[in-house]
Amino acid sequence: MTSLPCNTVNVDTPPIAVTEPRNVISAFVILGFFALVSLGSFTVDHRFIYYSAYLWFGFIYGMTLQYGRFCMASAIRDLFAVGVPRMAVGIMIAVILFSLVSAFVTVAGKSTFHPSPIGLYSVIGGLIFGIGMVYTGGCASGSLYKTGEGSIAALLVVLSLAFSQVFVVDAGGWFNHLVPTAWTQATVAQNLPGVITPTNGWYDQFLAGYVWNLTAYTVGELLGFTNAIYAAFIGNFLINSVIPAALILTAIYMHWYRKAYLRDNQTEYMGFRTELAGFWSMVTASKRTAIAGLVLGIAAGLHMWVMDGLQHRLGITNAGDLLKGMGFSGLSIQDTVFDPGYFYITTQEAQGAAWVVQKLGINVTDNIFFGLDNGVPNPLLNPVLWMSISLVGGSAVMALLNNEFKFKMPTLEIATWAIFGGILMGIGARVGLGCNIGSFFAPVTNGDPSGWLFGLGMTVGGLIGVKFFNWWIGRKMAKEMAAFDL
Amino acid sequence: MAVKFEKTGDGAYMLDVQGYVCPHPQLYTKKGLEKLKQGEILEVVFDNPSSGESILAMCQSEGNVIVSQEKETGKSTMHWHIRKS
Repeated sequence: MTSLPCNTVNVDTPPIAVTEPRNVISAFVILGFFALVSLGSFTVDHRFIYYSAYLWFGFIYGMTLQYGRFCMASAIRDLFAVGVPRMAVGIMIAVILFSLVSAFVTVAGKSTFHPSPIGLYSVIGGLIFGIGMVYTGGCASGSLYKTGEGSIAALLVVLSLAFSQVFVVDAGGWFNHLVPTAWTQATVAQNLPGVITPTNGWYDQFLAGYVWNLTAYTVGELLGFTNAIYAAFIGNFLINSVIPAALILTAIYMHWYRKAYLRDNQTEYMGFRTELAGFWSMVTASKRTAIAGLVLGIAAGLHMWVMDGLQHRLGITNAGDLLKGMGFSGLSIQDTVFDPGYFYITTQEAQGAAWVVQKLGINVTDNIFFGLDNGVPNPLLNPVLWMSISLVGGSAVMALLNNEFKFKMPTLEIATWAIFGGILMGIGARVGLGCNIGSFFAPVTNGDPSGWLFGLGMTVGGLIGVKFFNWWIGRKMAKEMAAFDL
Repeated sequence: MAVKFEKTGDGAYMLDVQGYVCPHPQLYTKKGLEKLKQGEILEVVFDNPSSGESILAMCQSEGNVIVSQEKETGKSTMHWHIRKS
C-alpha cells in the first residue's frame, strides 16, 4: 500500500509494474496477426500496401490513444463535471503540434485534406454529438480505443454509432418533411442520377440542397495568401490553430487551474512570472497526454504524406480505383469508396454497418452518402475500416503491456447509455459531416475553420450532457444509497 | 452490478463502481466526497483505468488526499482511499 498525497503526486508516473507474461504473449499475438495480414495481403497483390498503410497508422493511433487516454469526451466532460483540465489541455497541445506538421505537409504539396463548407450545421451536429459522447463515456475515437481495452460498452457505442448513421443517411418517407422546400428545389437543380432518388431522403436534400451550396475554405485561402508557405504557416497554423488553442488554454488556466496552482505553490507572487510558471505547470501536468498529442500530431501528418505518396505510386486518386482494378464490388456509382487519406473515424464504421444491412436485404445505396460518394464495400476490403480495426488492436496491445486489458461486460444501465448515446453520436456525426476527429481534430489542424464550429457545438453539447448527468447521478445516489444521507 | 455507497466504519465509507465506465466513476466519487466531512475516508473501488487519472487530478485540484492506492494482483480493479480535506 502506498501513501500518495494528491498535492505531491505526479500523475504521469504510475507505480512501476512488470507486464504479466500472458499479456506480453497476447500482445505479440495481436501484433503478429496484423503483420501476417499485412504481409499476406501484399503477397496476394502488391496494391494491398495501400491498405497496410491505413492499417499501421491505425495501429499507431490505437497505441497512442490508449497510452494518453486521449478522448475528446473526457476532455470536455471532465472539465465541466469534475473540474479536471488535463485532457482538454492535452488536446489543445495536440492541435498545435498536429497543425505544425500539417503545415509542413501542405507546403510540401502532400496534403490529402479538403476543407468542409462553413455553416451552422457544424454547430448543430457538434451539439448532438457532444451530448451523446457524454452519455457513452467516450467520443468516436475514444470508444474505439476503449474497445481495445476490452470494454464491451465501448463496442456497443461503436456499433450504435455505426448503425444509426445508416438510418440517418437512408431515412426517407416522413423524414422528407424535415427539410425546407428550398432544399428540395436546390436538390432537383443538382441533376443527380435517378438511382440515388435524391428527393427521397432527408439527408440527400440536406447535402445537395444545403451543404453543397455553402463555401469551403481554409484560413490561408480566405486571407488570400498567394505564397503557399504564408498560407500554411500564418493562415492555417498560426491563425486557425495556435491562436485559438492558446486562447482556450489561457481560459482553462484562469478558470480551472490557476486557483489550485497558487494554493499549492505558496511562494512569493511575482505577477506575470508566476502566472507563466503556473501556465507551464498546467501544460506539463500530464506528460502522457502531451506525449500522445505529439505522437498523434506527427503520425497524422505523416499519414497524409504516405497516402498521397502511395496514390501517386499506384497511379490512383481514390481507393475505389484499387478495388475496381482488383475486381471487387461495393463501389459507389462514381467507382469511388471512402478514402480520406488521413485519420478519420465514423464513415468507415457506417459503411460496415451498411454492408450488414444490405446483407439483410435492405437497399441502402439509393442515397448520396453511400450510393454516390462512399460505396458499401465488403468490410474486409474496406481500406479505412482496416484503420479502425487496427486502431482497436493497437489499443489492445498497449493496454495488455500496461496490464490494463480486461473484458468488461456492461451493466444494463451502462449498455442503455452506450446505445442511446451512440445513436445521438451517429446523428451528430452525420449532421456535422464527421466526428471529433473528422469534423474537429483534422479540420482545425489543417486550417479549416469549420472544425472550430463543430468544436463549439460539441463543447456546448458536452456541457448540457454533464448538467443532466450530474442531476441523474445525484438523484440516483439519494434514492438508492442510504449512506448518501450522511 | 449496481453502484454501492456504504458506511464501513467510523468516518469511513466505500464506493464500489466496478463495471462502470467514464464518466460514472469520477462523478460518483465527486458526489460521494462532497457528502463526507473533513478527515473522513472514502474507499473507491473501480476498474476503469482512465477514471483513475481523472479522480487523481480531481483530488489534486480540490486538495483532497489519496492516502493509498492498491491494485488487485492480476486484475485491473483498483482500491483507492481518499481523505477529505
